[in-house]
Amino acid sequence: MSLLELKNVSKVYGNLHALDHVSLKVEKGEWLAIMGPSGSGKSTMMNIIGALDKATEGEILLDGEDISRKNARALTDIRRDKIGLIFQQFHLVSYLTAVENVMLAQYYHSLPDEKEALEALERVGLADRAKHYPSQLSGGEQQRVCVARALINYPEIILADEPTGNLDEANEEIVVELFRKLHLEGTTLIVVTHNPEVAEVAQRTIVLRNGRVDHEMINENFTGKIKHITLQ
Amino acid sequence: MFVRMIAKAFLRQWKKMLMIAFTIALGSSLATAMLSVMMDVEDKMNQELKAYGANITVVPKSTSVISDLYDVGDENISGNYLKEDELGKIKTIFWAFNIVDYTPFISTQVSLDSGNTATLTGTWFNHHMDLPTGEALDAGIASLRSWWTVDGEWLDEQSDGSSECAMVGSSLAKKEGLSAGDMIHVTGSKEEKNLKVVGVFDSGGEEDDLIYVTVDTAQALGGLEGKIDSIEVSALTTPDNELAQKAARDPSSLSVSQYETWYCTAYVSSICYQIEEVVTDSVASAVRQVADSEGQILNKTELLMILITILSMVGAALGICNLVTASVMERSQEIGLMKAIGAHNPAITGLVLTEVLCTALIGGVIGFYAGIGFAQIIGHSVFSASIQIRPMVVPVVAVLVGLVTLIGSIPAIRMLLNLRPTEVLHGR
Repeated sequence: MSLLELKNVSKVYGNLHALDHVSLKVEKGEWLAIMGPSGSGKSTMMNIIGALDKATEGEILLDGEDISRKNARALTDIRRDKIGLIFQQFHLVSYLTAVENVMLAQYYHSLPDEKEALEALERVGLADRAKHYPSQLSGGEQQRVCVARALINYPEIILADEPTGNLDEANEEIVVELFRKLHLEGTTLIVVTHNPEVAEVAQRTIVLRNGRVDHEMINENFTGKIKHITLQ
Repeated sequence: MFVRMIAKAFLRQWKKMLMIAFTIALGSSLATAMLSVMMDVEDKMNQELKAYGANITVVPKSTSVISDLYDVGDENISGNYLKEDELGKIKTIFWAFNIVDYTPFISTQVSLDSGNTATLTGTWFNHHMDLPTGEALDAGIASLRSWWTVDGEWLDEQSDGSSECAMVGSSLAKKEGLSAGDMIHVTGSKEEKNLKVVGVFDSGGEEDDLIYVTVDTAQALGGLEGKIDSIEVSALTTPDNELAQKAARDPSSLSVSQYETWYCTAYVSSICYQIEEVVTDSVASAVRQVADSEGQILNKTELLMILITILSMVGAALGICNLVTASVMERSQEIGLMKAIGAHNPAITGLVLTEVLCTALIGGVIGFYAGIGFAQIIGHSVFSASIQIRPMVVPVVAVLVGLVTLIGSIPAIRMLLNLRPTEVLHGR
């Protein structure tokens, strides 16, 4: 059984089909990249997979459970328990320190544990910056805090929306390395990106166009060599 | 974590929180001042309104009946009198504390050397009484006729030779060519006396044709020892309501509980009733113009203060509404993030409301103490007395501040509840 399965999922805004009968399977421990031009439906797909929005039609099975008809409260519980979110703009709370930002996710999940939050920061190489405020951190460091916050509750899926979109090349490399490490540890990763260099290190890439899966690419054995295999 | 978030949010938004606290402080200070003055204003206003004279007159029952039948005014044509030795009993009724002043009147006709006759009235000027309660009271027309202008001085009852002194009305003084310091020879039905005019008063009314002397002097001249025509009483009263009006018509029509309520409330009718109980064969009646005016002024003053309180609270609510809404808008990404990582609406609402309520508490306490100060300023500038802060003001202001804060936060909370993470986290 796949960890995540989308069956004929559509999202319609008025006359606009942001997603048009998309089907997709993501296996546990897989690293999937979602690419596509602006307006192709990447963010809509991320919102639906991340339980931030509801599909107009279709089924979304997360760990075998259909979440497509859940109410807002149930979707909040799913986000809290099963999904770790990473944003392009980081979205750290400006008046909380790095460790407190990580603890914020613990607070709404269960109980805040500063020691555990510090360990999460250590995993992303920021133990020495734990007491710094977001304004005192570089973009790359803020994104790593964001990764630590996404990891802290041991989610089943890490969902990253343009995680390197606001980073320079050096920091982009650090974040990609971090993803590689997480993948090796068995974390399921879905990364929405414009950046082919970020997509090419993923196990598999799907490319969206006009709300549909245009084609899919598999990076065999993580060699960095992309093989074009399907076309719709 | 919750406390840490509240504390840090305070530090981060201290300017906005200061504005909210200031808004609340302004509203609660006005509410405290107005409520304090309103709860204390009845006594203060009553004291002020005493300057307009007595609000109760007491006459013998027969005089009252004749007066009602023939509309002959207050002249004693019945030949019946009240007893002077019962005057002290007026300060023994249930509402004795509310009787702030009273004075008896006894009138007789006297002849003057010019051949003219005049009405000479005996009364108290500053009559000293030691009451059974241990209190002392100086009562008389010196305070009941505070609007008189006197050329010379008021007759001082407590000085030696007061029974040989008189105060003459300005019309009579003009007619007889009298001024302060002159002597006047008066001949009554029983005695004649030489009186020293200590003052010429101008009342602006019929009293300007009278001669005022002490009660003993008038009684001696007219042979009316121990007799009194009428009594004027100035009492602190509660504005009439339906119960008081019903009782004024017929106290026997009241039920037992209504009677107790009426008797134990300082309505003018209940005080009149109690005076009639202690002064034999008397009829006490309210001077309606004065009593009604007092009631109306009190009611209107209280209404004005309630309106100011409501307006200040509405103003505070609008201010809070703007400030909290602006705060939530400013923090929409932070709130969206909290929702995205699993915070339910009640948790975020609780966080925002706790911040606002803590700020309101600080502002409310500061405003309360400022309001006490405002109340004292109002008390001293308007009533020349301190305003007593009633304990009831504290919970009332606390509830008002709480309600205003919650009501003012409603639009912001609605915005917060409707905020969708997808709309703020992707910058759309």
